[in-house]
Amino acid sequence: MTTEEKPKIKLAIYWGAACGGCCVSVLDVHEALFTVVEHADIVFWPIALDFKYKDVEAMPDGYIDVTLFNGAVRNSENESMAKLLRKKTKVLVAYGSCAHMGGIPGLANFSNKEAIFNRAYIESESTSNPDKIFPQPHFKVPEGTLELPLLYNDVKALNQVVNVDYFLPGCPPQTERLVEVFMAIVTGAQLPPAGSVVGAYDKSQCDECKRKKSDNKLIKEFKRPWQIKDDGETCFLEQGVICMGPATRGGCGVRCVEGNAPCRGCYGPPPDVTDPGAKMMSAIATMIDSNDANEIEKIIETIDDPAGTFYRFSLPGSMLRRKFL
Amino acid sequence: MKRITIDPITRLEGHGKVEIFCTDDGDVENVYFQVPELRGFEKFLEGRAVEEASQIVTKICGVCPGCHHMAAGKAIDAVFGVRPTPTAAKLRELFYMAHFVHSHIAHFYALAAPDFVVGPTAPPAERNVLGVIAKVGVEVGTEVLKQRRIAQEIQALLGGHQTHVVMNTPGGVRKGLTEAQRKDIEEKAKGFIEFAKFTLKIFNDVVLANKTYVDIILNGPYSLNIYSMGLVDENNKVNFYDGKVRVVDPEGKEHCKYAPEDYRNWVEERVEPYSYLKYPYLKQVGWKGFVEGKESGVYQATPLGRLNVADGMATPLAQEHYEEMYKTLGGKPVHATLAMHWARLVELLYAAERALELAQDNEITSPDIQAELPNIPKEGVGIVEAQRGTLTHHYWTDEKGIITKANIIVGTTNNNAPISMSLKKAAQGLIKKGVTADEGILNMVEMAFRAYDPCFSCATHSLPGNMPLKVVFKDAEGNITREVKRN
Repeated sequence: MTTEEKPKIKLAIYWGAACGGCCVSVLDVHEALFTVVEHADIVFWPIALDFKYKDVEAMPDGYIDVTLFNGAVRNSENESMAKLLRKKTKVLVAYGSCAHMGGIPGLANFSNKEAIFNRAYIESESTSNPDKIFPQPHFKVPEGTLELPLLYNDVKALNQVVNVDYFLPGCPPQTERLVEVFMAIVTGAQLPPAGSVVGAYDKSQCDECKRKKSDNKLIKEFKRPWQIKDDGETCFLEQGVICMGPATRGGCGVRCVEGNAPCRGCYGPPPDVTDPGAKMMSAIATMIDSNDANEIEKIIETIDDPAGTFYRFSLPGSMLRRKFL
Repeated sequence: MKRITIDPITRLEGHGKVEIFCTDDGDVENVYFQVPELRGFEKFLEGRAVEEASQIVTKICGVCPGCHHMAAGKAIDAVFGVRPTPTAAKLRELFYMAHFVHSHIAHFYALAAPDFVVGPTAPPAERNVLGVIAKVGVEVGTEVLKQRRIAQEIQALLGGHQTHVVMNTPGGVRKGLTEAQRKDIEEKAKGFIEFAKFTLKIFNDVVLANKTYVDIILNGPYSLNIYSMGLVDENNKVNFYDGKVRVVDPEGKEHCKYAPEDYRNWVEERVEPYSYLKYPYLKQVGWKGFVEGKESGVYQATPLGRLNVADGMATPLAQEHYEEMYKTLGGKPVHATLAMHWARLVELLYAAERALELAQDNEITSPDIQAELPNIPKEGVGIVEAQRGTLTHHYWTDEKGIITKANIIVGTTNNNAPISMSLKKAAQGLIKKGVTADEGILNMVEMAFRAYDPCFSCATHSLPGNMPLKVVFKDAEGNITREVKRN
C-alpha cells in the first residue's frame, strides 16, 4: 500500500492545566500544517475546531489514532477528560512539559490547595474579602445552581492519572520535533517501545551547546545569573551559574542558552536518569573545586532555591512528587 | 425558569462558561459568567529567586507570554531599585511592539473581522478567517500570515525563545542588537506600518461604510457606561511599555493617575463564589455590584479604555486615526463596546510606527545593555499594558532576592466585571420573549464578549473565527427541553 492510499489518521489535541503555548507550538508548524492535514483528520482540538466533549463521548473506544494531551492534571475536569481520551485513543502522547512531568503548574506541589486559595482570595494585598468567600464547586444563586470544576490538592503529570504511550517533552516542544514524530507515525515507521520519550535526543543539552567547556574543576561558589558578567561564550556552570544542561535532554536547539539564559530543564532528564535533581547534584559535584566533603557541602549551600531550580518543570513527575506540608 | 448554558466550548473549553437564566416567557432574568481555572502562580512564586520570576510567569499564558515577561522584568528592576540602561529599555520596548503587532493582527483577522467582513449572522461555516479571506482575497490572507510571522521572528530574535521569552535581566537584557539585525527590523517595521494602514482601510471600507454595522456599533445593547483605565506617558499619550496608569470617569474626567507602586490605593479585587477569577474595581469609588455609572467602581482596561484615558497617540499616523475615530463616534470617551475593534487597529498602527522609531534609534545597537545592581533587593511593582489590559506584577523578597510574596493582576482580570455586564446586556437586548435564540442571535451575544479579546484560555488567537456554542434550554427540574448548536 502506498502512502497516498493509506487512510488518514485521526488526530486529537487537548489541553489540561496549560498556558496555550503547546497549542501555539502546533500552530507554528506554519506551512507544514498542510502536510499534517494531508495525513490526518483532526477530530478534536478545542483551541481551533468545533468539536465538543459530547462528540468525543460518542466516539467508539480506540476511535482516535493519536491524541496529543498537553497540560497537567489539576482539577476534576482535566482528569475526566484524560480518562475519556485514554479510552478513545490508540496512542496517547503526553505533549509538553506539563503533561510529561507536571511542568510549571507543578510547582504548586511545593504548596497545597488551601495555601493557594488563601494566597489568591484572602492574603492577596489587593483583595478585599472580609467574608472569606472562596470559589465553590456548587453554588446556589436565586436562579439555580452554578458549578465549577473541583481544584485538586496535587498537580499530577498525565501518566499519574492514565497510561501514557509516549512522552514528547518541552515547554513548549520544538515544532520541528513534533513534525518528525508525526511523520514517523503517519508513514508507519517503527516506533520505539511504549512508554518512551520521543521527539528529543538521548544526549544531554551540553552535547549540543556551543558554549566553551573545559575539564577543569572550577566552581568555588555558586552565583545567580545577575552576579556574574556573562561573557556569552563560557559554559554557565563553569561561570558558577546553575544551568540544568547536564540533567536535561537535547532536542530544543539549546534555545534559552542561545538567548544567554541558563537552561531550566523543560525537556526533562536524559534516558536512565530517574530524577533530575539527583543527576544535577552529581553533575555539580564533579565540577566543584574541592576534595573536602565539608567544603563541598558549603559550596553546595551557596545554591539558592535548589529544589525549585532542579525540579523547575518536573516536581510532580519526580521521585519527590510534592513537598510534604 | 429556563436555563441557557452558553458553553463556549471549543476555543474556551474549560476556561469560560456563560449561564443565561430566562423566565418561562423567554426574557433574560440573569447572566453569570464563570472562569473555572486557577493555577496558583502567586503562591508558587514564593521561594523562587526573583530573577527567575520573569521566566516562570511567561507560563501564565503561551499566547501573550511577552506581556508577563515585561511586567515581571519591570517589577524585578524595581525590586533591585535599578533602571535598565536606555538601550535595554528600548530593546524591551521594540520586542514589545512586535508582540502587539502580532497579537492585534491575529485578533482582528481571526476573530473580529469574521463578524464584520463576513457578517454577524452569516452562516457559521463562512464566519471564520477563511470566510474573511474569501471576501478580501487570498493575497490579503497571505499577507496577514506573513506579517504575523515577521512579528514573531522579531520576537524570537530579541526574546531569545520563540514562545517563552528569556530576554530580561534585572536592569537589562541578555543580548544586544547588531547593525545588520537592526537594519532588518527597520525594513520589517516599515512593512508593519503599511499593513496597519491597509488594515484600517479595510475597516473603513467594510465596516464604517456599512450603515448597518455602524448602527450595531453605536446602538443596540453593545455599550457600557463605565470608567476607563490605561497607561500613559509624561504627555498623557498612550504607552504600552512604561508610564503611569490613568483612569477617567464615564464622562472622561480624570479620576486618578498613579505610579505602578501605588496601585493598591486605587484598585481592589473582590471574590465571587461561582468563579475562580476575581473582580477588580476602583477602590476609591467602591464596589456597587455589576452596575454602570459614575458611582460604580467597575472599569474597563481595553484598547478603547487606553484611548479613552489618553490625550492622544505619540506617533503621527496613529494620532490621525485616533482623531478620526472620536470624530466619527461623537467625541470622548466612547462607551460602545464594539469600538474596541477600531481602537485596537489604531493601536496596531501606533505599535508599528513606534517599532520603526525604535529601530531607527541611534542607541538601539549600543552594547550598553546591563545596568549595575548596587542595591539590596526588597520589593517592586511592574506595570505594562498587555494587549488585553493593564498588567500588574508585585513581588516582595528577602535580602537575598528570594520571593516571599507575589501579587498579580492580569490584563483580562480587570475586565471580568465589564465582560459579565456586557454579556448580560447583550443577552437581555437580543434574547426576548418571542425571539428564537438561534445561532445568529447567540453569535451577536458573543460579539459583546469577543470585543474584549479575552485571554482566559488565550485560545482566542486560533484559526477559525467562529466560536462554537451549545445552548441548552432546561426546565426548572433541569431536564433538557431544547438544544441549539452552532457548528
